[in-house]
Parts: sequence; C-alpha cells; structure tokens
Amino acid sequence: MEIFSMDIMQLLIIASISAATPLLLATLGGILSERAGIINLGIEGMMLIGAVCAYIVSIYTDSEWLAIIFSLLGGSALGALLAFLCITLRSNQIVAGLGITLFATGLSSYLGKSFGGSQPQTQIPNLDIPWLDNIPFFGEIFSHLNWMVWISFFIAIVLYVAIFKTRWGLHLRALGDGPAAADNAGVNVYRYQYLMTIIGAALCGLAGATLILVYTPSWNDGLTSGRGWIAVALVIFSRWHPINAIFCAILFGLFETLGFKVQLYYADIPPYFLKMMPYLTTIVVLMWVGWRNKNKPNGQPISLGKTYIREQRG
Amino acid sequence: MQKQSNMPYAIEVQNIVKTFGPVIATNQVSFKVKKGEIHALLGENGAGKSTLMSILYGLYRPDSGILKIDGEVVSFKSPKEAAQKSIGMVHQNFQLVSTLTAFDNILMGLPESWWRGRNWRFKKVKEIESLAKEYGLSFEVERAVWQMSHGEKQRVEIFKALYRQSDIIILDEPTSVLTPQESDDLYRTLKKLKETGKTIVLTTHKLREVMHACDHISIMRKGKMVASMPSSETNERDLARKLMGEMPVEVRRIEKSESSTKPSKNLLELQEICAKGLHGEQALNDLSLFVYPGEIVGVAGVAGNGQKQLAEIITGMQNPTSGGIKFKGKWINHSSIKGMIDIGIAHVPEDRLHTGMAGSLDAVDNLLMKDYKKEKHSNLGIMKHSRNLDWAKSIINNYDVTTPSANYPVRLLSGGNQQKLLLAREIEGDPALLVANHPTQGLDVGATASVHNLLLDMRSRDRGVLLISEDLDEILKISDRILVIYQGMITGEFEPSKATREEIGLYMTGSKTQFNVGALA
Ligand SMILES: Nc1ncnc2c1ncn2[C@@H]1O[C@H](COP(=O)(O)OP(=O)(O)OP(=O)(O)O)[C@@H](O)[C@H]1O
Ligand SMILES: [Mg+2]
Repeated sequence: MEIFSMDIMQLLIIASISAATPLLLATLGGILSERAGIINLGIEGMMLIGAVCAYIVSIYTDSEWLAIIFSLLGGSALGALLAFLCITLRSNQIVAGLGITLFATGLSSYLGKSFGGSQPQTQIPNLDIPWLDNIPFFGEIFSHLNWMVWISFFIAIVLYVAIFKTRWGLHLRALGDGPAAADNAGVNVYRYQYLMTIIGAALCGLAGATLILVYTPSWNDGLTSGRGWIAVALVIFSRWHPINAIFCAILFGLFETLGFKVQLYYADIPPYFLKMMPYLTTIVVLMWVGWRNKNKPNGQPISLGKTYIREQRG
Repeated sequence: MQKQSNMPYAIEVQNIVKTFGPVIATNQVSFKVKKGEIHALLGENGAGKSTLMSILYGLYRPDSGILKIDGEVVSFKSPKEAAQKSIGMVHQNFQLVSTLTAFDNILMGLPESWWRGRNWRFKKVKEIESLAKEYGLSFEVERAVWQMSHGEKQRVEIFKALYRQSDIIILDEPTSVLTPQESDDLYRTLKKLKETGKTIVLTTHKLREVMHACDHISIMRKGKMVASMPSSETNERDLARKLMGEMPVEVRRIEKSESSTKPSKNLLELQEICAKGLHGEQALNDLSLFVYPGEIVGVAGVAGNGQKQLAEIITGMQNPTSGGIKFKGKWINHSSIKGMIDIGIAHVPEDRLHTGMAGSLDAVDNLLMKDYKKEKHSNLGIMKHSRNLDWAKSIINNYDVTTPSANYPVRLLSGGNQQKLLLAREIEGDPALLVANHPTQGLDVGATASVHNLLLDMRSRDRGVLLISEDLDEILKISDRILVIYQGMITGEFEPSKATREEIGLYMTGSKTQFNVGALA
C-alpha cells in the first residue's frame, strides 16, 4: 500500500485528525446544549447509543448512511429525555446527565451483545477531491481523510457562523448567559433549550457512529472508552467556541495516537499507562487552562446548570 | 355591551390577586389607565408595584383577576405575548444579558433579519446611535453590558423598550439611577410619545417628577390600591401622606454649633490617588480628599466620573495605581477588603444584590456575613443559632425591614427592603467610616428619611460618612461639606448652606471649577 511511502509526520497528522473526529462531534454537541444553559453529562451515553444504533442498522442494511441517520435519531432520543428531565421536570442537571450515561451504557451493551460480534460490511469512504490531492505534503493527507472528518469540520464551521452571525445565534448566546432577559425580550426559552439539547445529543450520537463505522470493526462493550468524558472536558477547553473545539479535538487526537505509537516502539511501557495518557492530559490541560485564565471570565454560560423558572426571582 | 361614546381604557385591571408563597403581593387590585396618558403608580417599597407591572407584561401570571388591554380581555402566557399586543417594559432589575453588548441586547428577540453580518450591523449601529441621541440616552452601543456603570445600564434598558415602539410602555423606576438632566430628557421623550398616542405607566419614588410630568396618579399600599386621582387634584405633601398612610418621618439635622471646633485629626485622607477604570481609562486623577470624624461628606457628580472607583479604593476592592490612603493617621499599603473591614471601614455598594448580598441566603446569614467570627455570634466556628436569629429579628424590627420571616431568602424581598437590610448590616458593625454609594436609590419616601436619620445618627456618634450620590437634594440635605467630582478629580468644595443646586450643577458638568486643573485642558 502506498501508505508506506508517506513519512511519519503525515501518518501522525492523518491519525490524529481521524481520532479527533468523534471527539469534535461530541464536543460540538456539548457546546450546543451548554450554550443554551443545559449541562450535558450524558455525552458518553449518547455516543454509546449512537454507536449501537449505527452498528445494528449497518448489519441489517449494509448502508453506512442509513446507519448514520439512525445514530442521529438514537442520540436525539436521549437528548429529548435529558431535556425533559432538566427543563420540564427541573431535576438536577448533573444527576440527569449521569443517569442517562449509566442507562445508555447498560442498554447499549445489551443491544450490542445480542449480535455476537458480527462485523458490519460498511466502510465510510474517503473524500476524493482531485485538485486537493495535488497540494504538496497536505494533498496526500487530505486524500486519506474520510467523509466523517470533513463533515465534522463542516458542522463546526456552520455552528460558528450560526452562533455568531445570525439572529438564532444571538438568542442562543443570550439564553445561556441571561435566560430571564431573553425571556423578557420575547425569546422562547424552553423551546430553544429543548431544541439545542436534542440537536446537541444528535451530534453526540453521530460521534458514536463514527467510532463504530471508522475505528472498531465490531461491537465491544464500552467502545467509547471514555471519549464522551474527554468531550465534556473539551467543551470547557474550547471555551464553548466551535472553532476552538476543532483545535482542541485535534490536540487530543494527537495524544491518543501518540499513545498507540509509543506502544509500538517501547513495548516495556505498561499499556495501562498509555491508556491513561488522554485522561492524564485532560487533567493537566484543565489545570493549565484554569491557571492561565484565572483573571478572565472563562466563557462559561452564566446560567449553566440552573434551570430557568420564570416567576422565580434572582 | 359596548358603549360607543366610551373609549375603552388602554389598560384595565380588575381584582388581581398574586401571591408568592406566604406573601400577598397584590390583593384584589383594580387599576385603569386611559389611552394616551402618563400614569404614575406610586407606593412604598414592597407595595406590589413591580408585581402589578410584571403581570401587565405577562411575566407573572395572576392567581385570579381580569386583565383587559384596549377593552379586550387577555391572559398572557409569556412576555412574548404581551409584546405582540404592543406592550413594552423597562424592568427595575434590568433585564440585560451581561456578556452581550448593548447592541445585541437591544436587538434580541426582534424578528428582523435572520442574518446578522457586518453590513447589517453597521447600518443598525448607526440607526441606534442617532435614535439614542434623539432620546437623550447616551451609552456605548458596542460595549458589553458587564462593563457598564449602573446608570449606563439603565439607559440601555430604557432605550431597549423605547426602540420597540410599543403602544403601551411600562417603566418600573426608570429614573432611580439617572441624573436630573437625564430624567428631564426622559420625561420630555415620554411626553412626546404621549402626544403620538402612546400610553405610559411608570413608577418612581421621586414625587417631584410625578407632579410635573404625570397626568394621573394611582397609589398602592401593602398590596392594595388605595387611591387614584388626576395629578391636578393633589400635591407633593398630600401624596406623601397618602403613600405612607401617615405623615412622613422628618429628617432632623442638628447644625453643629460654630464654637465646636473641628477635630484636629482627620479620619480618612486620600492623597493624589490615581486609578484605572473598567476600560483601562484613567478613572481617578490625582484625587485628594479627607473626612473628619463626626462629618458627612457628600460627593456629588454625574455618574461615571470616578465615583465607583473612589468607593472601591477606600473599601479595598481595588488598589490605586498611585497615591496614598491614610486612615486614623496610619498609611495603608496594599489594602484588601478584609483588611479595610477590620480597621473599621464599611461599604454600602451601588449594586446591592451583586456585591452587597448573597441573594439565596436569608436575612440572618446576610446580616452575619461580616461579623460571623465575633464571639457574640459563634463559638470556635460553631454558629450560635437561636441567638443569631433573635439578633437578626431585632435588627429587622429596628430598621423596619418588611419580610415574612428572618429566614426568607433576600432575593425575594422588594428592592427597598434589600437596601435597608444591607444598610442595617453595615451600620450594626459600628464602623468608624461608612462609604455609602447611592444609599437611598430606589427607596420610598419613608425609607429614605429613615436612612438619612441613620446616617445622621452615625455622625452624631462621631463616625465619618462619605456619601456618594447623584441625588443633589439628598446631598444638600444631610452633608456637612460637599465635594464635586468631575472626571476623576475634585473640582469644587461647598458648604451646603451657601451652595445652590444650580451652582453645584455647573461644577458637576465641568463648566466651572475652583481648582487649577491644567491637565484637563
Ligand atoms: N418573584 C417573587 N418571588 C417571591 N416574592 C416576590 C416576588 N416578587 C415580589 N415578591 C414579593 O412581593 C412583594 C411586592 O414586591 P414588589 O417588588 O412588587 O414591590 P415594589 O412595590 O415594586 O417595591 P420596590 O419599590 O422596593 O421596588 C414583596 O414583599 C416581595 O418580597
Ligand atoms: Mg419594584
């Protein structure tokens, strides 16, 4: 295969970007709901459900695109549940999110196991754009990136434009920082929050689908292996900003990839340590971000986690 | 059913009841506003004015009662529905998103243009700027709200409502932080709007404004509507009596005899203080002043001339970039809030619910906030509960705070009662110096008088008071000495008995200055 003709840098970049895709999608999902003021700790669960939906559908239909659609639906269903718990029932958002992850972990492993390890015969193709391939160095990288990579970048840019350049985005930003003011100005607070939580969850589902369709050949329990939790942290690093999210996700994709590569070359480093790498990095980066921005407003939506109740003062 | 001759009222409210837990905020209130009039709704703090207005705006749903707009019965489920009936509102607690700019706040919720790119923005900014000028409301259109002074926020909040061109405009205490000049401009705008057929309902505690700007006056007391009359049939004194149900407390200021010489040592001395403002501008410019014990020093000035920084520097919330602070004859370097409290400096901040109190805590905890370590209140870190409760209850009683109980969260109290509670806490600590920033802002006539008496009380106990206020009447009434602050400098010093409003006004706007301030140019 021509892959071997590429140099190590190119391989590393391709691997990092590919590993970043599910992280990016999940992070974008988290950003959407958190900008509307709803904390989403169900990301891990939504990814698992998205993955298992994609897995089952692709086994039955052999169609990766149908699989993707069902992963979006699966994610949205959990999103609707989270929104119902947090907005309508006003339950604690942390507990609701954790509950959803626990529930989804169980459900996805029950559903996934019943297919006894069959392998879906689907493959997300790489995007072939001839004129891109001609660019030196990057051309080769581009030709090895699959469709999902491009879709995730595209979604990030669309979200950026929508959040900062449209009326809808203004309402979303207002909602997260001052739901009472938004309500008084005639923004339908609950409808926006429902919508954003559901769309966000759909993106998390898509992240899960990416994992099963691109990375792991078959179902295994907990196949997200904590990527949902990394996404929760990435939402914070990116300061709730979709463009930052791209860079943060690629950075973590790089750590994940480095973990594998180091394992290849230095066999005596315990594998558990390498598996720990991304999480360790999460903690270190969180501390670093916190320290560097200690005097700045951190960009966190002000009403995050506090469900808005109209007649309640303060 | 409908009589042709009778034009329906713009607003007609019948027997509205609204309760919040144990509190009956409005009790069988009925209220009518004619089309095309300016209608003032008066009442003491906690009378239920804001509640009634929020019901008109669809923010609160009444427990019972009927609301008619232009003769048609309505039942608003949200402010959005009220806005669709062309009702706009200026809120007492500004409804602005702090992280967004004035521009975004003004255009939030409006249907126009789903794409808001640079060209559109540019055009709109121009439009808003010229309209703001026309209304006499000045603010920085592209500045984030969190960076604004209280007065600037108020102007944005008013502009936001006017910009919507509603037929009925509700203004809840729009002038409490405006300068006299800005208030005049606002009333002029409102009169113009009235001439174009708009209906205006407003609340205020400033009776003078009511008498010269409003057509009709309704008065609420303790959740009930107690009187309603055309303004031609009443006067300020009569209003005050109707508001309180009794004659207002007199403010008694005992002139010090000329023979009693000033104490030799001053309490607080600021020497050539410089400080930066929120936007990095030079907020204080070599400002020097001193306060003697037993003296109330009034600092008059148009908002945004360094008053906030002045208060923050004295109370340790901000450090000066240069200059010195001397308290009781000792230099203070690198002050901290805690350090300033410990040496006896207390502060009534401008923004009471944000820097002054913890909204979700009750009165007891808020009163204890600065004193909890004292032996009276706790022992080895354990709070003396029943004792603290009794103590808090007695304060609530003495300072006449209206609350259902001492354990009621303070954010649920009316604005005036929050202010009284805050003042009570600061004065109970018996500080040597009290820095009071707009202490009577939003207070009713009776409460204002009792706050003034509390400050005068401190003065007679030989404590110092630095009273920062935009309300010239208040400053003239109780200060021993008046300083005028303009662009971060003291530009004039007056004795209240010898100064006039007009004279001080000239100094406040920078038209005149007593000192040589070459740097100003
Ligand atoms: N959202 C709320 N939750 C609980 N209690 C409330 C709420 N809104 C108002 N109240 C209570 O209702 C009563 C009336 O309050 P309101 O704010 O209407 O008074 P006000 O006349 O506007 O007073 P002020 O002049 O101080 O603004 C007060 O006792 C207040 O504590
Ligand atoms: Mg009020």
